[in-house]
Amino acid sequence: MSHPQAATEFLKDQAKAKWHDETLWFVRDKRDRISKTIPEWEELRNLASQIKENVLSQLDVYLEEFEQNAQKNGIQVHWAKDAEEHNEIVLSILQKQKCRAIVKSKSILTEECHLNPYLEKNGIEVVDTDLGERIVQFLNQPPSHIVLPAIHLKKGEISELFHEKLHTQKGNEDPTYLTHAARLHLREKFLKAKVAITGVNFAVAETGEFVVCTNEGNADMGVHLADVHIACMGIEKIIPRRKDLGVFLRLLARSATGQPVTNYNSHFRSPSPGKEIHLILVDNGRTAQLAREKFRNSLKCIRCGACMNTCPIYRRSGGYSYGSTVPGPIGSILSPGLDMKKHSTLPFASTLCGSCSDVCPVKINIHEQLYEWRQEITKTHGELGKGLSMKLANGIFKSPLAYKISGNLMRAALKTLPKSLIYHPINSWGKGRNLPETPNESFKDWYQRNRK
Amino acid sequence: MSSKAFILSAIRGIGQKGKPLPELPSFGIEEELESAFRKSIEANKGQVVNQEEFSEWLRANNFPKIVVASTSIPFSATISLPEDPHELDDLNLAILEGQLGVAENGAIWLDDRHLPHRALPFITEHLVIVLLKSRLFPTMHQAYEEIGNQHSGFGLFIAGPSKTADIEQSLVIGAHGAMSLRVILV
Amino acid sequence: MNLTSPHIGLFIPCYVDQFYPKVGIATLELLEKFGCQVSFPLGQTCCGQPMANAGYERDTVGTARHFIELFKDFDYIVAPSGSCVLHVKEHFPVISGLEKEQQEIHDKIFELTEFLTDILNVNHLSGRFPHKVGYHASCHGQRGLRLASSSEMNSTPFNKAKSLLENLEGLEWITLSRTDECCGFGGTFSVTEEALSLRMGRDRLDDHAQHEVEILTGGDMSCIMHLQGIASREGRNVKFMHLAEILNQAIQ
Repeated sequence: MSHPQAATEFLKDQAKAKWHDETLWFVRDKRDRISKTIPEWEELRNLASQIKENVLSQLDVYLEEFEQNAQKNGIQVHWAKDAEEHNEIVLSILQKQKCRAIVKSKSILTEECHLNPYLEKNGIEVVDTDLGERIVQFLNQPPSHIVLPAIHLKKGEISELFHEKLHTQKGNEDPTYLTHAARLHLREKFLKAKVAITGVNFAVAETGEFVVCTNEGNADMGVHLADVHIACMGIEKIIPRRKDLGVFLRLLARSATGQPVTNYNSHFRSPSPGKEIHLILVDNGRTAQLAREKFRNSLKCIRCGACMNTCPIYRRSGGYSYGSTVPGPIGSILSPGLDMKKHSTLPFASTLCGSCSDVCPVKINIHEQLYEWRQEITKTHGELGKGLSMKLANGIFKSPLAYKISGNLMRAALKTLPKSLIYHPINSWGKGRNLPETPNESFKDWYQRNRK
Repeated sequence: MSSKAFILSAIRGIGQKGKPLPELPSFGIEEELESAFRKSIEANKGQVVNQEEFSEWLRANNFPKIVVASTSIPFSATISLPEDPHELDDLNLAILEGQLGVAENGAIWLDDRHLPHRALPFITEHLVIVLLKSRLFPTMHQAYEEIGNQHSGFGLFIAGPSKTADIEQSLVIGAHGAMSLRVILV
Repeated sequence: MNLTSPHIGLFIPCYVDQFYPKVGIATLELLEKFGCQVSFPLGQTCCGQPMANAGYERDTVGTARHFIELFKDFDYIVAPSGSCVLHVKEHFPVISGLEKEQQEIHDKIFELTEFLTDILNVNHLSGRFPHKVGYHASCHGQRGLRLASSSEMNSTPFNKAKSLLENLEGLEWITLSRTDECCGFGGTFSVTEEALSLRMGRDRLDDHAQHEVEILTGGDMSCIMHLQGIASREGRNVKFMHLAEILNQAIQ
């Protein structure tokens, strides 16, 4: 389904669409307020952007430095060029451990690699332990938001789901009650799992450690009780120095949810005695994006989700309307690099309002890249239908005479044509909007009469 | 070609010009550290208590299973530490020692050299962290300067009890980890 | 302020020329009231923005070249549209042989509000406009040209339009719940994403209505055309005026 079709569907339930918009606006507003309590906020954004630009400009150097240091610390480092290889590496570790059930904390990368269906196909039970992710997993849905995976669901729906899956009281919609039911359910899974998978928020080249941030504590509950910890990260998650974490941790949670810091920020450097840590460095299209100069700095993204919360389109069309693992503005500049045809409508799902660029903690020029993707997409997918009319328009506008004639004709036509024709259903402007009243003369006509 | 070689050569093949790594200024905060820290912990739904308040809370609750890994205050454990952290599943209270605290956000650094089990701060029902007032720092910048490149196999900035807002953005305390956090500033 | 020597080329966006001549007239008269020498080059057409935003910037070489040739000799270029000015500054394709002129145009083209506040240094207007006014910040003006601070950023708040309007006697500047959210026009977005575009427009109108705005103004008629189109279809009673119309009417 194209973005416009999906958005139209989403908007049919007006009350829910309004609720979705307002709920995410509430998060955005919290972010706006907390960012204004930090006088150096804009300077932090600059620093974070510069650090990431430095990283991307010599990513090979940092990756090797990181690998060496991580290995010295006793972490086993794996490299995967694509999703398939990543999934195979995970499976081989599980098979070596004779492990049939794992717990997994939030990792957008494993969503991107479609790890869950792959493991399930191979007979492994995967339990997502982030509450929102567990909810959508029960529904066989992907997350609709990278930070708030179940933000598209109302508590009534979750109550019904938990009644079915966890035997909670029918009709009890109290979030505390439901959360504590999930706590009991997941505690049992944590206690049994031999292997735990996590994502990675940051990996530090100079120390060979990596950092995982959560509010629930689910990543830590998983890994500290398991024998083996598998951490999956995109290669762009490297930062040079430990002190750079100061900049990023100050920005991340404030941008994501408007809180000063996530409650758990775990730095993994060496496995506990007798245990193992495996870290998988994944490319899966990242080096290709790095090679695209105009889109390179989309790889600075730290996955805070602020661009989704601020986006007037995302708030009113929902995460699923994008049909990509990472939805919203950042997803619309990352996804076409993975599959331009499939995601060809995403860069057009924007008014180019620029709010995403102003909110981004690492200063990705998201809306400018949306514009640039449009230029790329029309080169290969002219069937988007605008080609001919745009060429025609260019023909009119570069010739003053043609413009004048067509303008006069347009005004004349609007006056004489019956309303039923102007507001024909195929004319999407007129479905919900009137056209401006047609003046008797253009400004140019007036100017010629009055000033010449 | 190995995937490592494939990835590295793909990056090198782009032929980028290196961009400079910025030096980081050390931003501070205006507010007095202890009061800022207290406000931050409270905003994160934790509490800052003194030793008397803590003792009273402890008496009122009469927890059967308590583990203590702090030497700064005189409280004793009610159970000995099991070898397998899974056995801590019904632990009521862990009293740990924080190495430093950050005023701007309430984050407390726990280094696993002071943690008998890495699972301890998470698996316990209630968590108490003892922190010296002299170990408060304004922002994360000073905190990382202080930690430097000390080597701990595991380190954690913890800022509050386990929480989630995944159901309609309603804040709920006690998602998976500790249901409460108390910080004793000494 | 009396600027007699600089010669201003008036750039009137194509849809303003065709649908909103009164906005063009108000802009011209307003600039003349400030003593400016203004000419409207008759050969002007469209800046090419609709094509470029639809992904066909490469097909706008002709329109861009025509624009540069037509306007290159003016001291300043002024338009009552943030969106079109931003397009000329940021999204003209490079026109070979006219690189120097193109750079000069980049530096001397201004949206009307910023021309008044930054070039003419207008800081106190005397005039009267006794109405409750709601301001719709066009995104291209707001975040593209930085005509006002954006709510996402931690900077000293400012709003160039407000600084002009708030001095008018009787004018009540209404603060909206969402001060700078997009109206959903977005050029071709308004037809390709029709459902979203309408929803966004209605939400903006609701915000103005909840704050009892009488007159909704802004610096871009494209946003206003969209909002007015919805309001008129739905029988909402808010009135619409371009900022230039308010200023020109208030200042005698």
